[in-house]
Amino acid sequence: MIRFLLLFSRQGKLRLQKWFTPLTDREKKKVIRDMTMLVLPRPPRSSNFVQWRDLKIVYKRYASLYFCAGLEQHDNELLALEVLHRYVELLDKYFGNVCELDIIFNFEKAYFILDEFLMGGEILETSKLAVGATMEEADTLQETMEEYMSKPAY
Amino acid sequence: CVLHLPLQEMIRAIRSARTQCEERGVIQRECAAIRAQFRQADNGGRSHNLAKLLYVHMLGYPAHFGQMECVRMIASPRYSEKRVGYLGAMMLLDEKQDASLLITNSIKNDLSHSNQYVQSLALCTLACMGSAEMCRDLAPEIDRLLRASNSYIKKKAALCAVHIVRKVHDLGELFAPAARSLLAEKNHGVLHGAVVLITELCERNPETLERFRKTVPDLVQIMKGLVISGYSPEHDVAGISDPFLQVRILRLLRILGRNNEAASDAMNDLLAQVATNTDSTKTVGNAVLYETVLTVLDIKSESGLRVLAVNILGRFLLNNDRNIRYIAMTSLQRIVGTDHNAVQRHRGTIVDCLKDQDASVKRRALELSLALVSATNIRSMMKELLLFLSSCPLELRAQAASGIFNAAERYAPSQRWHIDTILHVLTTAGGDVRDETVPNLIQLITNTSELHCYTVHKLYRALLSDISQQSLVQVACWCIGEYGDLLLRGECQETEPVQVTEDDVLDALETVLQSHMSAPATRGFALTATMKLSTRITDNVDRIRSIVSIYGSCIDVELQQRAVEYNALFKKYDHMRAAVLERMPVIEKNSPGHTNGESTREAVKEVQPAKVKQAETLLPQQPASQVCDLLDLLGGSEEPLQPNPAVGSTLPVLPVSTSSTAGGDLLDLLGGLEPTPLTPAPTVTVYEKGGVTLTLSSEKQSDSGLTVTLTACNSTDSDISSFTLQAAVPKSVQLHMKAPSGDSLPARGAAKVTQMVALSNPNKVNLKMRIRISYTSQGSAFQDTVQVDSFPEH
Repeated sequence: MIRFLLLFSRQGKLRLQKWFTPLTDREKKKVIRDMTMLVLPRPPRSSNFVQWRDLKIVYKRYASLYFCAGLEQHDNELLALEVLHRYVELLDKYFGNVCELDIIFNFEKAYFILDEFLMGGEILETSKLAVGATMEEADTLQETMEEYMSKPAY
Repeated sequence: CVLHLPLQEMIRAIRSARTQCEERGVIQRECAAIRAQFRQADNGGRSHNLAKLLYVHMLGYPAHFGQMECVRMIASPRYSEKRVGYLGAMMLLDEKQDASLLITNSIKNDLSHSNQYVQSLALCTLACMGSAEMCRDLAPEIDRLLRASNSYIKKKAALCAVHIVRKVHDLGELFAPAARSLLAEKNHGVLHGAVVLITELCERNPETLERFRKTVPDLVQIMKGLVISGYSPEHDVAGISDPFLQVRILRLLRILGRNNEAASDAMNDLLAQVATNTDSTKTVGNAVLYETVLTVLDIKSESGLRVLAVNILGRFLLNNDRNIRYIAMTSLQRIVGTDHNAVQRHRGTIVDCLKDQDASVKRRALELSLALVSATNIRSMMKELLLFLSSCPLELRAQAASGIFNAAERYAPSQRWHIDTILHVLTTAGGDVRDETVPNLIQLITNTSELHCYTVHKLYRALLSDISQQSLVQVACWCIGEYGDLLLRGECQETEPVQVTEDDVLDALETVLQSHMSAPATRGFALTATMKLSTRITDNVDRIRSIVSIYGSCIDVELQQRAVEYNALFKKYDHMRAAVLERMPVIEKNSPGHTNGESTREAVKEVQPAKVKQAETLLPQQPASQVCDLLDLLGGSEEPLQPNPAVGSTLPVLPVSTSSTAGGDLLDLLGGLEPTPLTPAPTVTVYEKGGVTLTLSSEKQSDSGLTVTLTACNSTDSDISSFTLQAAVPKSVQLHMKAPSGDSLPARGAAKVTQMVALSNPNKVNLKMRIRISYTSQGSAFQDTVQVDSFPEH
């Protein structure tokens, strides 16, 4: 499983943090610090994989953002690169030519999209179209009058 | 007046703050406003408010006062509020917080909500931060959703179940039936979730794994469908149909096929198909190939398929993409023990990766290269490894140095080569070697008596050029002390002749003594070496006397003590000086004082004073009282004492008196140092048929290493030709057969054939070896097999 997914800028400013295991605030801060220190200084044409503690770190830079995931030993690193790429594609489709500012000003949407793609550290949906369709419907739900729910049916 | 900004305006305001202080000011104002809003009644802006707090939280500011608001929002009937509430719960709450319990009820209700998007929020949150209690509580509900809902909910329920099983292992049993039936679904999201769930169940419970083996044909079918199917726009990634699902299925197949012939057979064709047909021009194809290779190598696959898999890794090694080279090496590392020869074929490429710019790739290449060193390639490999050592990143130097030493020890083609190699490492990376390198090297040098002259010359030259590498300087000082006479003689077979005067040598040692770069231990070595030279030089003994006398008032207590004692050796005990400072005897290999690792360190520290005891037993002419004085005198020093001067450097005969056994532990350490004749290794006859006899002897090399020597003899009246031996050992044992001495056995035992086999048994399994004997005699071919179940230990 993926243990965590972090998005941070080239200055090390955190733009998104998703944790798939329970950690204290202090532990989270330590991981974030370690990841930025591990990834940011790496030269441009390095491999995208680094061993850190007992995890495999897979990272990829997209424009001004670093996407960084911590994997367990039996996870497939090459596939993890595809996972990061897929997330970027989903963001791109939703925001239209996504850039860092989109993720800053609409961070909650970035989380909602992520939650339709990954869950519990595993891939939830493998179809781009399906995730896109879900986001549209959920957004519509949020905006229309239907958001005033009648009492739930059991 | 309280400022109230919508979310995006707040973000803008924070970002435009020019200093950290200004930012804090904005944040403080905003948090106050947010808190005020929380206290107010429902006003339609609650979700924006909470979202603002979550943004502030992401910047690193405390936001715990928003926890209760999350709980309230989750309970709201409005979807927009639920959405942000649940997001807030996932960001601000975790199972350790008390507030998380408060949302259990909301989650429970929302799991059965009429709207799937509300259900989805609950499922997502439960899978993200559900505690063990919440999981236990809600597991039956999740199971229900696994069976009776739409695809959208089923796939979420499946991953939720995975989380539950991770938190509460016993609940795995609950989900097994539903998981099984989900494999029949067509929806890829559901299938993927089902495969992940089944994988989790099988990894946790061996009985469950047994039951799920029956699904192998189904999984193979699904996989075939993906691989063969035409273009499916919804799932296509660069020509591969749903690579994510393919990889998960391959991983599940790996778990099901492991250690099981039938299951492995059932998936063999499919794996071959995927391995051959997957397009490897893009990363995504390689991701699938990678997983396939891992599966093939882990199950009981056919040898042809195995070869195919290793070849794929070989191709990966040549790929331009650094990532691909990296994972190729990690995979090859895993199989270097079991498929050694296959990996050896790619040795050239692996060694080239030592020169890669990327630190991760370099590390992998180093580990793999070390694993591939063998008797046949030691010279060329060592060239590459030493080259690597001279330019490798700092964090890899200790590992490289230690790997090189191990390889040198195992496969050194000659002693001179071995010494040269160690010296090379000490010159290049002396600061990164382990402590026991110094005594190990000293032992090696002592035992290579024919190279004493060469070694001392080489070390002297090294000392002249650089005295910063402590381990090198220590060994050099020791050698100069021991073999200074050879240095002064000037000529040496193996190196160019050079004129070295007594003053030159003493200058060198004094430089070390006085240098601020020298560690205290190093200075100790230098002082002792200087003292030893007093019996090896003729003209400058007075200079030594004065050096020793000066250091008698040195601030360093250790040096002072030595100097005082050496002074005494000049004065009161001058008659014993020659005996005391004589040449060291050859140290027996594999004695208790000379194994690798921890024991060596202790042994060396003890060995020096223990030599004192040796003197006690080896100088029987000395009256008892004087011997005791000797002990007092040299109590803590590193002074190596010498055997009976009349004997010189050959092994003297020890009068093994009772006094030698007194002294307890120290002498036990000395056990191997006592020069006893080497007992021959015990041999057993393992095969005797048709006049051909095969005997076996073994010698322990290290904790997990054993060298076996097979000797064949022919007692018939006709010559035997094409005599070959092949050996097989248990899976985790590494085996290297060295070249046999020959392949013909003349009649009537006129000559023998010997062959050595190096075994490495790191897992300490029960060691067995099956040997196949083949030969030709009188025109006919013979073949036989014998199994050896026990090995005589030396």
